[in-house]
Amino acid sequence: MESRAPAKLTNILLGLVAPLVLALAFTTLILVAVGASPWEAYWNILLGAFESPEKIADVLAACVPLTLCGVGMCITFTAGQWNVGVEGQIILGAIFATWVALNLDLPQASMLAAMLLAGMLGGALWGALAGLLKAFGRVHEIFGGLGLNYVAQSLSIWLIFNPWKPADGATMSGTDPFPDAAWMPKLAHLRVAPLAVIIALVAVGVVAFLLRGTRWGLELKAMGKNFRSASLIGVPATWRMLTAFAACGALAGLAGAIRCSARYGRMIPDISGGQGYLALLLALLVAYRPLWVPFVALFFAAVGVGSPRLELNMHLDSALGGVIRAAVVLAVMMVGGWRALFARRRGQKALAAGPPTATEGEVA
Amino acid sequence: MKVELVGIHKSFGPVHANRGITLTLEPGTIHGLLGENGAGKTTLMKCLSGYQTPDSGTIAVDGERVSFSSPDEAIRRGIGMLHQDPLDFPQMRVLDNLMLGQGQRLRPDWRWGRQMLKELGARFQFDLDPDAEVAKLTVGERQQLEILRLLALGVKTIILDEPTTGISAPQKVRLFETLRQLAADEGYAIVFVSHKLEDVEQLCQRVTVLRQGAVTGEVEMPCSLDYLVELMFGRGLPTIECPLVEPGAAVLDLDGVTIPSYRLTVADVGIQVRAGEVIGLAGLEGSGQRLFLRACAGLERVSSGCIRIDSREMTAAPYRRFLEAGIAYVPASRMEEGLVPGLNLTEHFALADRQGPFFVDWSASRRQAEARIREYNIVGEPATFVESLSGGNQQRALLALLRSGLRLLFLEHPTRGLDVDSANWIWQQLLARREEGTAILFISADLDELLERADRIVVFSGGAMSAPLAACDTSVEELGYLIAGKAEARETRAGETRDGKARDVVVDVWNPGHPQN
Repeated sequence: MESRAPAKLTNILLGLVAPLVLALAFTTLILVAVGASPWEAYWNILLGAFESPEKIADVLAACVPLTLCGVGMCITFTAGQWNVGVEGQIILGAIFATWVALNLDLPQASMLAAMLLAGMLGGALWGALAGLLKAFGRVHEIFGGLGLNYVAQSLSIWLIFNPWKPADGATMSGTDPFPDAAWMPKLAHLRVAPLAVIIALVAVGVVAFLLRGTRWGLELKAMGKNFRSASLIGVPATWRMLTAFAACGALAGLAGAIRCSARYGRMIPDISGGQGYLALLLALLVAYRPLWVPFVALFFAAVGVGSPRLELNMHLDSALGGVIRAAVVLAVMMVGGWRALFARRRGQKALAAGPPTATEGEVA
Repeated sequence: MKVELVGIHKSFGPVHANRGITLTLEPGTIHGLLGENGAGKTTLMKCLSGYQTPDSGTIAVDGERVSFSSPDEAIRRGIGMLHQDPLDFPQMRVLDNLMLGQGQRLRPDWRWGRQMLKELGARFQFDLDPDAEVAKLTVGERQQLEILRLLALGVKTIILDEPTTGISAPQKVRLFETLRQLAADEGYAIVFVSHKLEDVEQLCQRVTVLRQGAVTGEVEMPCSLDYLVELMFGRGLPTIECPLVEPGAAVLDLDGVTIPSYRLTVADVGIQVRAGEVIGLAGLEGSGQRLFLRACAGLERVSSGCIRIDSREMTAAPYRRFLEAGIAYVPASRMEEGLVPGLNLTEHFALADRQGPFFVDWSASRRQAEARIREYNIVGEPATFVESLSGGNQQRALLALLRSGLRLLFLEHPTRGLDVDSANWIWQQLLARREEGTAILFISADLDELLERADRIVVFSGGAMSAPLAACDTSVEELGYLIAGKAEARETRAGETRDGKARDVVVDVWNPGHPQN
């Protein structure tokens, strides 16, 4: 909010650079342990991500769903909700979009618009369902979300193997390719759809504005920090919680629609591809600040696109990319925890102490 | 065990909370630590009990210098603290709570725990069920549990921080007897932290008075209260004028209302409250007064009867409709139910402004916050996070959040934990609202406060509500009888007299025409 102190250089240094160094030190240790040259490995990842326009396009394309889900989770985290059901919300978005692609016959522009809107609707419904389970079924959103993820996964497989199976028989490779109108146009021969990138960037701006500049954002923040106080002050907290879930679900559903329209051109069983869980790490990493999401998404995507090269050139497992990403998240959270601890030790944030007010008598 | 604190300094950022405090605690003595809010009492005691480390100064136990980096280390040296809000685990059983911190064995010795609870309970006449869930105990019982836990840990110096706030009168009597027994008969050193003169006067043998982080005097009791007040405040206390407001039309009308709850049911209560009237709710903690107050605000489900606000039917309406009807509810636990830690004052004012625009104008909100901060004398900035305000300032902030032109204002313990000065100020603000016709209903455990501030008082006992008493016609004694009237078990344990009087009083003062003020 307007009260946030301007981020000082030391803050950025401690909050971002220090954990990055720590995480790299950790992965370097692993690389040294398996007898590989760390520098060569990092260089390979970097080259793998940025050596050619094709690679850069792939990185950008991979950024899009991560960014959408990441900013979506900024909403639910702000409202104090652990929305781990993003995977399922991506899948439902993809399912709704696929239904549109397979059943409607529209010109490209309206087809894409319908698919994206349907995707948002599907994701929003699935997200709201987790919220409803929590509000009226007393199911904690973590369990509700995980459960719904499995339901969504099973639902997508059933659809692919039954109503939507290709004429020549169902396989794990998914449905028939969509009609041409349902393919999101790519940039020349590259695998990135400019429209998708624009949508993701707009989503970042919109979410950042909604959280900072509106009553809705303020109310979500309040109920996230203290549900009971916010309710007593008059925030319709249950309703706000549902809108937060639905909004996050809509963004995740949008990501699902984009994945099947721009990336695969069909519905596949693994349409979510673990993006939901990756976005969870991402949201934790940026501490729910939407404007940071695209940058971290870029980093995650680069590591993801770059690490298969480890396998080709160095005979290392590309899972190392996953290790790097997870290590960075853990390091950031650890450094954050340490800083809070030291700050408390220094007495700057004497919350636990019940701040004393020797000055109160003088001023009052 | 003799404990000496010498030259303790402790600062929090720019706030110098303890400025070189020296204090000696002798075994067998109840030592009072007196001072208004923010005088540095709690900080000093947290330094002594290992919750905080002093910036400088020394602590010595039996002449040996010690320094604690955690409460655990302090407990091992025999120093334990009872916090103002019990630091227990509400979801766990009494027995589990007692066993926590007890020994290093892999498997807890449950039998020993039960035995301990039984023996200690018998020694101090505490009746705690080992298998009861702590969340279901009253604050007084949780306090008893904490005392037993510290005793079972072998603590020899017990610090009690404002132990009499939030507990009932009989529980207080029980507590004082326990403390006297511990000090006089068993040689414990007791530190009694309080800002209540009468408690300190009743209980303590020695009193150290703090003001603004420094010792202003140490006296042997008995001692003149005027002198203590002077040490505490450095000035005499102002008295406040209650504006006399003629009550208007009925704003709140309850008829045959029954409020069921898991623990206790408030059955068939009715009252009419008129505009500008102040109603005090008395009773032991957990006698139904909070349930009643929350039901009046639409926060509890009502199973029968009807609630009307300004003649409009409100029974079973959602809380939002109550808010729209012009009510406000100020809870006792400020940080848990009232304010939102992590939001600053500006954000609070913007949040509380329910008619505010969808797009928040932060610079206007900031100006509004500045104005309210000035008006309510809050020591803080618009960008100050509420959790870094002191208790008194948090209470001011809560009041500052209330909009004007309310029809009904409900408050739980509006001045709990505040010093006399702050309490007077709070009441001045509250009573000023009567002039715009706001009726006030408040819960208090402080009988003097009830008598002084309320026009009429209703007493709750075991879920039953007495007929309203005119505050001018009743007395502390009478209220005491009514409060203890039906709570036989507590009352006899508290050693108070019990005769037929309590019932008679109810009949005597019951006056269908409602006493006028």
